[in-house]
Amino acid sequence: MIPEYLMPFIKAFLYILLAPVVGGLIAGIDRRVTARMQGRVGPPLLQPFYDLAKLFEKENLVVTASQNFFVLSYLVFMAVAGALFFSGGDMLLVIFAFTLSHIFLVLGAYASYSPYSHVGAERELLQIISYEPMIILTAVGMYMVTRSFFVSTIVTSNIPIILYLPGVFIGYLIVLTIKLRKSPFDLSTSHHAHQELVKGVTTDFGGPNLGKIEIAHWYEYVFLLGVVWLFFAWNPLIAIVAIIIAYFIEILIDNTFARVKWQLMLRSAWIIAGTLGLVNLGVLYYLRMVVP
Amino acid sequence: MLVGRKDSERKAIVQISAVAIGIVSLLVLIFGYDKGTLIFSVNPEPVSQIMFFIELVLAGYILYLGIRHRKLLTVFLILFQACLLLYFELGFSRNLHIGNNLFLDQFSLIMALIAGIIGSLICVYAVGYMETYHDHHKEIRDRRSLFFGILFIFISAMFGLVFSNNLLWVFFFWEITTICSFLLIGYSQSEEATNNSFLALSMNLLGGVAFMAALIYLAIVDPTGQLLGLNYLLSSGKAVALVPAVLICFAGITKAALMPFSSWLVGAMVAPTPVSALLHSSTMVKAGVYIIIRFAPVLSGTTEGLIIALVGGTTFALASFIAISQNNAKKVLAYSTIANLGLIVACAGVGTYNLMWVAILLLIFHAIAKSLMFLCVGTVEHRIGSRNIEDMGGLIVRMPKIAIMMFIGMAGMFLAPFGMVISKWAAIEAFIMAPVGLIFIAILAFGGSATVFFWSKWMGKIISVMRDQPVIEDTIKKEKWAVLYILTGLVVIVCLIFPLISSILIEPFVLNIYGQTTRLSQANLSIMLMMLCLLMIMPLSLLFYRKGTKYAPPYMAGRPVEGHMRFAGSMGVSRELELSNYYMTSLFGEERLFMVGTSLCWALLLFAGILLVGVIL
Repeated sequence: MIPEYLMPFIKAFLYILLAPVVGGLIAGIDRRVTARMQGRVGPPLLQPFYDLAKLFEKENLVVTASQNFFVLSYLVFMAVAGALFFSGGDMLLVIFAFTLSHIFLVLGAYASYSPYSHVGAERELLQIISYEPMIILTAVGMYMVTRSFFVSTIVTSNIPIILYLPGVFIGYLIVLTIKLRKSPFDLSTSHHAHQELVKGVTTDFGGPNLGKIEIAHWYEYVFLLGVVWLFFAWNPLIAIVAIIIAYFIEILIDNTFARVKWQLMLRSAWIIAGTLGLVNLGVLYYLRMVVP
Repeated sequence: MLVGRKDSERKAIVQISAVAIGIVSLLVLIFGYDKGTLIFSVNPEPVSQIMFFIELVLAGYILYLGIRHRKLLTVFLILFQACLLLYFELGFSRNLHIGNNLFLDQFSLIMALIAGIIGSLICVYAVGYMETYHDHHKEIRDRRSLFFGILFIFISAMFGLVFSNNLLWVFFFWEITTICSFLLIGYSQSEEATNNSFLALSMNLLGGVAFMAALIYLAIVDPTGQLLGLNYLLSSGKAVALVPAVLICFAGITKAALMPFSSWLVGAMVAPTPVSALLHSSTMVKAGVYIIIRFAPVLSGTTEGLIIALVGGTTFALASFIAISQNNAKKVLAYSTIANLGLIVACAGVGTYNLMWVAILLLIFHAIAKSLMFLCVGTVEHRIGSRNIEDMGGLIVRMPKIAIMMFIGMAGMFLAPFGMVISKWAAIEAFIMAPVGLIFIAILAFGGSATVFFWSKWMGKIISVMRDQPVIEDTIKKEKWAVLYILTGLVVIVCLIFPLISSILIEPFVLNIYGQTTRLSQANLSIMLMMLCLLMIMPLSLLFYRKGTKYAPPYMAGRPVEGHMRFAGSMGVSRELELSNYYMTSLFGEERLFMVGTSLCWALLLFAGILLVGVIL
């Protein structure tokens, strides 16, 4: 029997080990489903892994040496954020680590001082400030329902959180579109390369560095979907169905909307956080605090 | 200080006094940290008489300056304040018997450490800075003796302010800081500097009038003068203390440059950079938030306190937004200061025990990181001849050490395991338990993300690598380096040891007032520490990448790249490329948001005023 105090470490370790595999599979499924929606057959399920292997075989070509450092930090802190989350850590700390890791990606893009990655970096920052308020409100909402910021407590609370936080959940799904780099909010870089800002924030990364960014994205997928899980944590079956549906909706939105301008992204993300999120929390707050 | 005429003499005097002040602050810490609140009684009569006399002389001096520069508002305010002072002195002072004039507790220790260590570091830096400053600006009259004299008076006034228990004494030191900052802002004597210094003076005098009103109110309520002792007033209950608390907090708001009074601090950037550093980090504005935090227990749970907190919250959000649209480095720093002070006041206004803890923590972290940032920007400005952020591109190549220090300073302001984020995090956790805390959480969520934006894009600018640029930081003087190194070290060290600071200074203080205290949980602390260590190890990876890396030019839409930031255009022309950050003035423009903030905060303050009149009547 494994002692209790080791459990968080084991969970974190499992996340670091398995999340890229799961994330890669999700990416593979994503590409298949997207292809079907567009009337194509699509690549094999394991294509993302083949791509990754190929990236790591290439030589490490950079514009400046500090890019290596920034990309590595991006990957490491993304893994740390996710590991904290899955080992049951404090949601707010997870969010801050998560932001930190993205800042590293942005700085890596700035470091090369080239036009495309510069625009990509600025837009990535815009994306960060678009989604951050909603993510913090999500954590606050979870606290208001379960009285704890700790993921371990939230998961085991046996409260159907979604029933208390429907507005927050919808808000979260919308910022999830930004986070998963799905159209209409794929401003900083996109899965489709033929466009005006080339590959945006990742333009000047190649070979193993690009591979690391890819792995970090996979970590991120698993973490983000883990947050969806929290809303349904009282019933794992429903949670899995919810994650599948949520992801399917994201793919559908990706394939039906054109990219918007940054103004619209920032406004809509903030307005949604300000209305759906805050109103939801406000009602909850009123019920909890004012009505005894 | 006033006597040191020669540069070398002055340098020696400044360094020795700075070291002395630093050592004294540390000694006070060592002897005082475990003593709780100590109260001293000093025979007040002669001291108070001297203070009164100095105040009148200063009022006369300002009156003279105001008339000479035709600043009617200032003249009016100083006359009004002098009348109040005379009225108070003649009407009440004879009956007043305030037993204890000085006190010392953990909070005043923290403030003294900030003023003593950071303030004196800034003074040491200023010696080198002012030399270069006068080399660059031949047209400005060299009044350095006066300058350094005022710097030290300023720091001493801060000491006086935080150790005074007698509110009359607090007021005296309060006015001294106002006048010192007025003289320092107007140092260059240019028209802009003079105007801005009078702006700062008028706004702070307005606060001074409110402070004076509070004193008179207290003297009327209690002619024996017991209530003029800060410790007595704070423990006398909300019914008595609320009116003076709100009036004094109004004075605090003007001094801390919250909206609607933020313009004086923004205008103060015309002063030489060490002055800005001093105003923003360890003295002036910190005096404002100091007094508000002192009164936090009185404010907690009252409508007036909530309004003051809302003024702070509004300032935090709007100043953060405005900072996005600024490209002047000092202006960005100014708005970031205003935002952080707003946050501190928001915490103090709501005033629960855990928010008081957060407010003090914020104050410490902000002081260190902000002074470092200002001094770095000042150094950069002298080297590259510009304080525009757009001109700081590639600083990591041109001034690698300064760039890394700025990087650390900025990280201290908004990145995860560093100070400000710890405080932000604690603030969210504390607001969630406070009444109507949800508003403040929303403000934190939106304002906080704006902070991330303007810092990161600045960071991105300085670390972007431009090739073929010469290194231009080798002419910076040794003592400047020393100060910058110490401050950079402090940013990191204070992050590492903040649990210690919290447990020996902040927690006992909060416990003493509220009977309960707070801290970050042990598990989270160790995770933070692990993150901080990880962050410090990460740069070592650069060594690993030294070999086996191939360099390529950045992608320029497939055109051949010719040297740095040039690409081959059509017809054989070589074209240059320039990159600039987003400023989003349509959304976050200064003018519009400033209008919004000013009107909102005035409305809030008026509302508080009406409530206050209601209470008095």
